[in-house]
Amino acid sequence: MEIINLEGTEDTPKILLDKGNGIFEISGRSLPEDSAEYYQPIIDWLKTYGEDPLDETIFVFKLEYFNTASSKLILDILTVLEEISDVVIHWYYYEDDEDMEEAGEEFSELVDIDFEFKPY
Amino acid sequence: MNFIFDMHQKMLENNIILVYEGEFTQEITKSVLAMTERNMDSLGEESSTKRKVFNVMVECLQNIVKHSEEYTAGQQLVNTAIFMIGKKKDAYVITSGNPVKKDNVDSLKERLDQINSLDKEGLKTYYKEIIRSGSGLTDKGGAGLGFVDMARKSGRKLEYEFNSLDNEYSFFTLKTSIARKI
Repeated sequence: MEIINLEGTEDTPKILLDKGNGIFEISGRSLPEDSAEYYQPIIDWLKTYGEDPLDETIFVFKLEYFNTASSKLILDILTVLEEISDVVIHWYYYEDDEDMEEAGEEFSELVDIDFEFKPY
Repeated sequence: MNFIFDMHQKMLENNIILVYEGEFTQEITKSVLAMTERNMDSLGEESSTKRKVFNVMVECLQNIVKHSEEYTAGQQLVNTAIFMIGKKKDAYVITSGNPVKKDNVDSLKERLDQINSLDKEGLKTYYKEIIRSGSGLTDKGGAGLGFVDMARKSGRKLEYEFNSLDNEYSFFTLKTSIARKI
């Protein structure tokens, strides 16, 4: 599968989706002007990936900040991942960032996927 | 000339860090955020306060970008939105003002009152209800979560006011405070 490798900017996250190396990661800040448009290629890629996934998929969220429009799209991503077997979410957050920790907990309550919480 | 002096005095009295009046775009949003972040950094603001202020600012600014109406005063089309952030001893105060159609005033009031009637847990439940409703984004690309998120990050009531501009438009002022850890 092609690799998706988007450099992060001040309003969009860094995204790396690399099936060959088993790396799936979204990090940085997410407040794009049009979040649906920004995330559509990611959702399409994951749907294709879901047809023939690795034995185990570790999907990393290491976000500093995301806006409410992005939160809807994060849930859409999680909903696609929910259909794939043996997916684990690694949810990173700054250890003093209770809001980001809580956001991860809320997502984990909305989908049936295992979350591992990783303060750093 | 006195106008500048008066404005300067008023800004000092109210501890205003930044005021922006004019057209609102994503580029402007990024600039306003960057300036405020630098300001808070140089003041050595505590990081959890910085994050909450950043959070509320984004929702507030993107609300204006998405929802502010271009108001027609006389023959001139003017974009009269304003954004302001002030720093008091115990809180940051983020205020925005923009024209909205009078038709939308009642539903805005209803939503804000509903949000203000909820406590911390109630807001959390409401947030999850909206996000899981699966209705997707609105035609303007919003998730319908902005005010709820602002209320959650603020921990206080959202203050608002509507002032009539003419028969068709009202000016919507929204004020959100974020406590500073002292």
